[in-house]
Amino acid sequence: MMLTRESLLNWAMIAALLIVPLAAWSLDEPFIITLATKAAILALAGVGLNIALGLGGLISLGHAAFFGIGGYAMGILAAHAQNYDPLFEWPFLFEGSNQMPLIWLVAVVFSALAALVIGALSLRTSGVYFIMITLAFGQMLYYFAISWSAYGGEDGLSIWVRNEFPGLNTLDPIQFFTIAYVILCLALVFASRLARSPFGLALAAARQNEDRVQAVGLTPFTLRLTAFVISGAITGLAGALFADLNRFVSPTMLSWHTSGEIMIFVILGGVGRLYGPVAGAALYILLEHLLGGISDYWQIFLGVLLLLIVLFARGGLIGAIAGREKAHG
Amino acid sequence: MADVVLKTKGLSKSFGALQASRDVSLDLRPGEIHALIGPNGAGKSTLIKQIAGNLTPDSGTVELLGRDVTALDTVARARMGLGRTFQISALAMEYTVLQNAVLGALGGRGRPFHFFRNVMKDAELLERAWDALERVGLTEDANRRTADLSHGQRRQLEVAVALTLKPRLFLMDEPMAGLGTAGSKALTGFLDGLRQEAPILLVEHDMDAVFALADRISVLVYGQIIATGTADDIRANAEVRRAYLGEEDAA
Repeated sequence: MMLTRESLLNWAMIAALLIVPLAAWSLDEPFIITLATKAAILALAGVGLNIALGLGGLISLGHAAFFGIGGYAMGILAAHAQNYDPLFEWPFLFEGSNQMPLIWLVAVVFSALAALVIGALSLRTSGVYFIMITLAFGQMLYYFAISWSAYGGEDGLSIWVRNEFPGLNTLDPIQFFTIAYVILCLALVFASRLARSPFGLALAAARQNEDRVQAVGLTPFTLRLTAFVISGAITGLAGALFADLNRFVSPTMLSWHTSGEIMIFVILGGVGRLYGPVAGAALYILLEHLLGGISDYWQIFLGVLLLLIVLFARGGLIGAIAGREKAHG
Repeated sequence: MADVVLKTKGLSKSFGALQASRDVSLDLRPGEIHALIGPNGAGKSTLIKQIAGNLTPDSGTVELLGRDVTALDTVARARMGLGRTFQISALAMEYTVLQNAVLGALGGRGRPFHFFRNVMKDAELLERAWDALERVGLTEDANRRTADLSHGQRRQLEVAVALTLKPRLFLMDEPMAGLGTAGSKALTGFLDGLRQEAPILLVEHDMDAVFALADRISVLVYGQIIATGTADDIRANAEVRRAYLGEEDAA
């Protein structure tokens, strides 16, 4: 296999995301490990969005909905488990769970279902209407969570102890990082296979020319809805991990700021670039850490950077470094 | 097996006060090239869209392979075997030439919901795609980005993508548009042989090509078919000369 500049860059990034926390671990700097974990999780959310946005051309401003559903899946299951409070008693007694694999499964299933419903309704529109409808669905869930007093309403839900993963001590930062990192890598492998698959070819063609796709007998709506569901499920999984990282979930995870942030990771790194969200999320965390120490208004700098990238480097960071995307053959 | 591949019966379509199609009835038989000609604004594109499924007629029906498809959309008609080329090239411009052809082959085969296999290593799809590219003479350009192709090459690729579908009939909207004399001639020769594979409903402005190729010609003026017949019939038809060819001579 020939290594292009972009794939070299990708390898370098994914290696750096592993080496930095390992170095921090050996130097006993748990805070840096937590930052790297956050970057990996946010990158995962971006990988999810990038399937809809980059591959499918679906500008969703509602991905916070899936991120938040994942977060609440964790919060609700874990809250019931820690309080020994049955979530439901029929058809069997279920007192929630503090097991990550089950929480992830619930997060993925529910965010996929939400994406199916939201997608089925909003994909009947396109362009700016699609953006507004996804935004509206996201905000609907946000206000629902605020008023849902059973699960903390505006204050959110706190979990005392991080959930468990068989055979690992998830309270150890480096072990929890490993979980997030492995999931991110798996998602990247999946996204890369997807982009080259028959489905990916048809989906990206529908973004480029809808008439062409219809004329060869494929239905853009079905392709896009499938992409939206996959995209929502991955972002939902990231939401569950993010809530577990913070041991806290609140309506903020569902707010449109969150949707905007996930989109910023994708745009910073490069829309449609496989590793774009990794670059974007890492840069975002880095800026937040470095500039946040200087000023509370660090996002002004982020805004300027975003502006520069949109104006001068449409391919994002990866595009600026690795050049124009090669049509993969 | 239906003896008529495509049949429209009494198609009418209006946009406000403008009647773009008036009671249009035409058919396409196996093995023929049926050319549809008419001056600009005669309603050719509107008619094509109703046949392909982009527009629903106000009244009348479209039959494909003996089945009424008036209520079916473009995707369903494409799956039934309608291979279409567009007046303005509709291709995935970021893709390579080969990827566009593979997309067509994928559509022709169906079942696009595979998420793990590498589509560009699918032997069945590649064979179909290369075969189509070879037939239109684009193999040398297979790995070029479609956006970098010349206008004429894009026209060729349009035809190649339609070929990958292995359609039962072709609906070609001005395939010669913008081709040079040589390109036009080459495509004329190609279409000449293609009619044996599947009949072609050909909308075309290039009169040399039309008169050289068409088994039958229908003339559309103000949304209405004023004559249908062989090239000689059409040349001799006084109404056609007045409405169409005369206008062309004057221009």
